[in-house]
Amino acid sequence: MTAVTSSSPAGPRGQSVWSAAWRRLKSDRVGVASMIVVLLCLLLVIATGLGLFASDWQQEVGVPNAPPHFVGPAPPEAIGTIAQPKGPDVDLSDVDPLAPRYKEWAERALKYKTAAVARAETLPLGGDNLGRNVWKKALKGAQVSITVGVLASIVATLIGTLLGGVSGFFGGKVGDLLEWVYNVFTAMPSILLIFAFAVVFGRGVLPVVMILALTGWTGTYRLIRAEFMKHRVREYVRSAEAIGASRFSRMFKHILPNVSHVALVQLSLYVVSFIKYEVILSYLGLGVSVDQVSWGTMLSEAQSELLLGYWWQLAVVTVMMAVFVTAFSLFTDALRDALDPKLRGLE
Amino acid sequence: MSMLLSIQDLKVAFRMGREGGEVRRSQAVKGVSFDIPENTTVALVGESGSGKSVTAMSILNLLPENAERSGRILFQGRDLLTTPRRELRALRGREIACVFQDPMSSLNPVFTVADQLVEPLMLHQGMTRRQALVRAEELLAEVGIPEPKRRLASYPHEMSGGQQQRVMIALALSCNPKLLIADEPTTALDVTIQRQVIDLLARLKQTHKMSMLFISHDLGVVGEIADRVVVMRHGEIREQADVAEIFHAPRDAYTKALLACRPSLSENPARLMVIDDHMAGRTAHDATGAHAKDPAAPVVLEARGLAKSFFFREGLFGKREFKAVKGVDFKLRKGHTLGIVGESGSGKTTMGLTLLRLHEPTSGEVMFDGRDLLRLSPRDWQAMRRRIQIVFQNPYASLNPRFTIAQTLVEPMEIHGIGASHAERLGRASALLVKVGLDDSALPKYPHEFSGGQRQRVAIARCLTLNPEVLVLDEAVSALDVSVQAQVLNLLKDLQDEFGLSYIFISHDLAVVKFISDEILVMQNGDVVEQADTASLMAAPRQDYTRRLLGAVPRGYQGPAGQPA
Repeated sequence: MTAVTSSSPAGPRGQSVWSAAWRRLKSDRVGVASMIVVLLCLLLVIATGLGLFASDWQQEVGVPNAPPHFVGPAPPEAIGTIAQPKGPDVDLSDVDPLAPRYKEWAERALKYKTAAVARAETLPLGGDNLGRNVWKKALKGAQVSITVGVLASIVATLIGTLLGGVSGFFGGKVGDLLEWVYNVFTAMPSILLIFAFAVVFGRGVLPVVMILALTGWTGTYRLIRAEFMKHRVREYVRSAEAIGASRFSRMFKHILPNVSHVALVQLSLYVVSFIKYEVILSYLGLGVSVDQVSWGTMLSEAQSELLLGYWWQLAVVTVMMAVFVTAFSLFTDALRDALDPKLRGLE
Repeated sequence: MSMLLSIQDLKVAFRMGREGGEVRRSQAVKGVSFDIPENTTVALVGESGSGKSVTAMSILNLLPENAERSGRILFQGRDLLTTPRRELRALRGREIACVFQDPMSSLNPVFTVADQLVEPLMLHQGMTRRQALVRAEELLAEVGIPEPKRRLASYPHEMSGGQQQRVMIALALSCNPKLLIADEPTTALDVTIQRQVIDLLARLKQTHKMSMLFISHDLGVVGEIADRVVVMRHGEIREQADVAEIFHAPRDAYTKALLACRPSLSENPARLMVIDDHMAGRTAHDATGAHAKDPAAPVVLEARGLAKSFFFREGLFGKREFKAVKGVDFKLRKGHTLGIVGESGSGKTTMGLTLLRLHEPTSGEVMFDGRDLLRLSPRDWQAMRRRIQIVFQNPYASLNPRFTIAQTLVEPMEIHGIGASHAERLGRASALLVKVGLDDSALPKYPHEFSGGQRQRVAIARCLTLNPEVLVLDEAVSALDVSVQAQVLNLLKDLQDEFGLSYIFISHDLAVVKFISDEILVMQNGDVVEQADTASLMAAPRQDYTRRLLGAVPRGYQGPAGQPA
């Protein structure tokens, strides 16, 4: 037997591709910062979903369109220009058929206690046209928007990966059929497709998720299909076939982990674009139902408020969205760099 | 004789990122000095990672951004390390030209040959387009391309690999450089083409009175072309001397080992020397002895009329047939090795894949144990699979990078239900790792932590997990360095003796095939040209093509005026 070749003196367990990627991500300052922001946002969403924050967002706690604290209360409105009538009141009891009952009603009214709720003149970040706290509303909206974005992109990536994998791996007739489906989906302008699905699914969070997922899977499909076509003929897949690994095992155990970074990066790109799409849908009135709030419905309300000079709702939503979307995009970039197949040289 | 280029104490390091605020560097070249006199060919020889290409590329600063160079590179008395970028650019192509390994990727696929040849002529020589075209035609004729005028209008993909490399050489010669740097210019080419390109380079060096820096891993090629040889290992020079001295009286142990461990056509050892053994002063241990094989051993595998065609769509409904393998017959006896040689495109790899039904065959039959492998039902075939296995060429591609070695080795046993429990399978895996010369500390590691040779050992161990009877080795040692190649070849011989394995050994390298095979099959364009046992094929090839192949194998330094050394 030949001499025993000493294997490289690395630790007891080797460094997997994922831990190498994590090490690279850690050394990227922007990546880490954006990851922290994204994680905080996701924590906030979970907390809001569990009712720890902003469960009372529907309470009308301020005067309508209450300005933010730092702006100060709105100046009192000048009350009407109609002059007060002069001269004695005219007795109408003989012509008013309800007159005999006024007294009875007044007594019955005394049995109820009416408490005039003291409405705040200003709210931390202002109020909307019903006097609801814009900050809480935006938190609740974030929960809906981010949930929709994340769920929809997960579903879209699953659909795209599955179909792309099948199409790329098998090719032939199956591939042709799936290509045909893909072409049908991409041949239609996406906004029309979204409208069509919206009509079928109705309103609400889950319908929006389904609409976005069913229209958005095509990009992942294309990428994953190409990767599967490339990997299918690689030698490691060939040797798996030679040892008798089934098609299923070759597709999902051998190839998929090697192309998963593509799907992962695509997924994070989807989150950003789906959040924007949800905003557009809600803005057009096809989004979540009326008793829910999302960043999109808030933006659509803000449009008319802006004309009256109530800018705070728009500002809060825009800033929150900008922070989340930017952080997520930067995180995606860093993730892609960390998972970049430059590593292939080492593989 | 004056020095054209003089490299003095050259050091090259690559920045590999930061770790704890410190820039991590990897030292690729550790203080190298040598000279290139005028009108001389100097060869840089070494295995992968020896720093030979990095040394050559630092002459024109064609290194990646993260490289740091120090030392002196004097070209006609001028230090190229301190030359400003603009002046360096003027030197590139005009004074110093390069030819790279892969002509396919060195030529721009969207321009015609004329476009690519005319550009440097107009840029460096100040010619008009008309003049440049005339010169380009002369150059193509000079590098031996037939019908140069017609070829000027063709695109790179319309030419063969050898012709592409000739165009690259014409491109390099276009401005009459004083120094030609040729980085493994023949490695990607077939042996017969390699022979032509080497002859061409040697002739051009004479006619153009230029010097050449020839980089290669193959001492055989170097011996035929170089005047001086510089042997490098791990970024250092081990030995530099005239070519005759290197081949006849090498002083350095590593040079001696390199010469000894390459299989050659003239010698016939039972085992190959291994560099580390040789350097430690041990001789190749002949543990098993060159015991003769039983010529009447039972036939395990027999192919009859095995053929494979690929179909291309042509037009709207038509399809064109391309016959990759046109009816191959052979018999493989137990414990024997059948070598299959041929140049690229000869159909040898397709045939190997078809045997394992990794390509569905078009016609023919493969009898294994009395049953036709090609007509087994999927269930029977799955059971039969464990008896015939394959090792691929590229150990970097044939192991799943996301699987640990343990997962890689246990998977086939799980599929075929070998071993009762996971623990038993793991035990078997580590026993096999020891068999192929690794140990069980490799189990939790990933493929990228191993060198090419170690990975190929893992790939062999994976096949052995199934107790196969026939192993198809598809260029299994071609991607490995000479020293590692020797180790793996020895390992294969040992395993054959121990388990009575039969090999089908596919390779383009005649010397390697000769070392390991009992019988050789020569293929050309999908046909079997010649089939004979190794000794008689080597001694008296009957076919013209076989003779051409044998004649093209580089034989190292043969002494002045072609006298056999």
